Amino acid sequence: MQAGAEDNYGNLALVKHVVLVLSGKGGVGKSTITTELALAFKHAGKKVGILDVDLCGPSIPRMLCVGRPDVHQCDSGWVPVYTDAQKSLALMSIGFLMEDPDEAVIWRGPKKTAMIAQLVSDVAWGELDVLLVDTPPGTSDEHLAVLENLRKHRVDGAVLVTTPQAVSTGDVRREITFCKKTGVRILGIVENMSGFVCPHCTECTNIFSKGGGEELAKLTGSVFLGSVPLDPLLSASVEEGRDFAESFPNSATFSSISSISQVLLKSLEND
Amino acid sequence: MSDTPDNAPKHCPGTASEQAGKAASCQGCPNQKLCASGAGKNPDPAIGEIGEKLSSVKHKILVLSGKGGVGKSTFSAQLARALASDVTKEVHQSGNGWSPVYVEDNLAIMSIGFLLSSPDDAVIWRGPKKNGEFKRMYDFCVASSRLSNTEPQCTFFPLLLLGMIKQFLRDVDWGELDYLIVDTPPGTSDEHLSIVQYLSSTHVDGAVIITTPQEVSMQDVRKEIRFCQKVKLPIIGVVENMSSFVCPKCKNTSQIFPPTSGGAEKMCADLNLTLLGKLPLDPRIAQSCDEGRPFLREVPDSPAAEVYHTIVQSIRTYCSNRQTEPSTT
Repeated sequence: MQAGAEDNYGNLALVKHVVLVLSGKGGVGKSTITTELALAFKHAGKKVGILDVDLCGPSIPRMLCVGRPDVHQCDSGWVPVYTDAQKSLALMSIGFLMEDPDEAVIWRGPKKTAMIAQLVSDVAWGELDVLLVDTPPGTSDEHLAVLENLRKHRVDGAVLVTTPQAVSTGDVRREITFCKKTGVRILGIVENMSGFVCPHCTECTNIFSKGGGEELAKLTGSVFLGSVPLDPLLSASVEEGRDFAESFPNSATFSSISSISQVLLKSLEND
Repeated sequence: MSDTPDNAPKHCPGTASEQAGKAASCQGCPNQKLCASGAGKNPDPAIGEIGEKLSSVKHKILVLSGKGGVGKSTFSAQLARALASDVTKEVHQSGNGWSPVYVEDNLAIMSIGFLLSSPDDAVIWRGPKKNGEFKRMYDFCVASSRLSNTEPQCTFFPLLLLGMIKQFLRDVDWGELDYLIVDTPPGTSDEHLSIVQYLSSTHVDGAVIITTPQEVSMQDVRKEIRFCQKVKLPIIGVVENMSSFVCPKCKNTSQIFPPTSGGAEKMCADLNLTLLGKLPLDPRIAQSCDEGRPFLREVPDSPAAEVYHTIVQSIRTYCSNRQTEPSTT
């Protein structure tokens, strides 16, 4: 890790803002929210990068439909994978480095830590307005490794994703403690899977309970960025790697995501 | 899968490797002498101790998923309650080791959650700290006091406590159990490697794999299945959770998490695994879990309840057809 310290600063030197996407809880939609925020920023004309450090379950490559391209090296390190010809959205994930997509990454802590050091330091991002870092659930080796390796570069803060129910907010409270202990500013809380509107009769059912995200924000003195409903069209879009913003720009779901991304961008740019 | 100590150099061959202490990368490592002497290859004595301790547990089932948030804990809780609802099973207690927390006469739980003094406490440990040697620091009155809503007697110092998983397996006095359900975090990491390692001298019936229908979930679950195959852990079957949703108003069915690549059904067919069942979404499940109430008992008419019972019966049948631990009575 010491060897990478100088390069770390070099490869992130032109990245204006770094935002971690965290949750104590698994399956709340960190990767989905990371993907949608990235696409929203891109549509707002920003240059965006996503660093996917979920070594056991890298979901971002599928969500952006980039397949399994070869990763090339340049003088400064790995060249990120671009999702478009304009290079407005760059991506790096361990998913690109595995030969067999079904092969499990069964590593203990030190090996994971070393891999993450490389993923943070050795990607030639170039100029970016925002680098979003998608993380696995919990508060473990991966999270500590990301923060240690980003030490020389400014981390603007973290967005915390939760679902409404108590078993989720209960875990996210611990993630908030992690942020406070490690000096990571909490940019805000996003409540995902916030109610389901039946497409047949428009009745809204709170499948995963209600209100937990706002309560958590109040309890912990954090900003509540907004809530995103359960939307099968969004699930299908990330499954198939389609740009939800392009496909359903008039949907209530897109409106929520867009509003969250605008609040976030404002908060980053005012700092 | 060899052990790499926290202070090992970059290309450490692993303490259990033939090259331990002898490889070029071992030069300068503080563990070099120890590894070269062969000490690292000796199995952890705790493995044998755990084998002995758990010999009074007839069936052990791991609940796994590569993916987070698919319902492992929810499923583990319902499975445990359903198995405990078979009232012919007796409760036994003994005076050795940590007492698990009994939520019903014949349903006991052990969790790190009982050891945290505040709901805000985070467990921020690197791999080795989760699995290494560990000193017992406090009386298990802490767990009982939490149940009775009194203040816990001790504060939890995560940095001083190591080897939680080993301790849970070796030092909890489960007594005689018919079933031990092990709920796991998502992924394939330290916790999973350690659980399998520490249970290696016991009989594990197998793993139940939980997934949701969408490919984003299943691509992680396939890795978990590979992990099970690698460590030779039998797979009892796969449960597809959050399979569909029936609107309580108009009764139409929606697929909130679409099975774009055929769902668990296709994955099981491709990998020659048993599909144990497909559990629908029911908002009352989340509610019950949040409130710590027994869903299967309180909402027996839920379509999810029916599927649960079928799945539990399949698991019971599977376990009773497998060789059990020799009885100690």
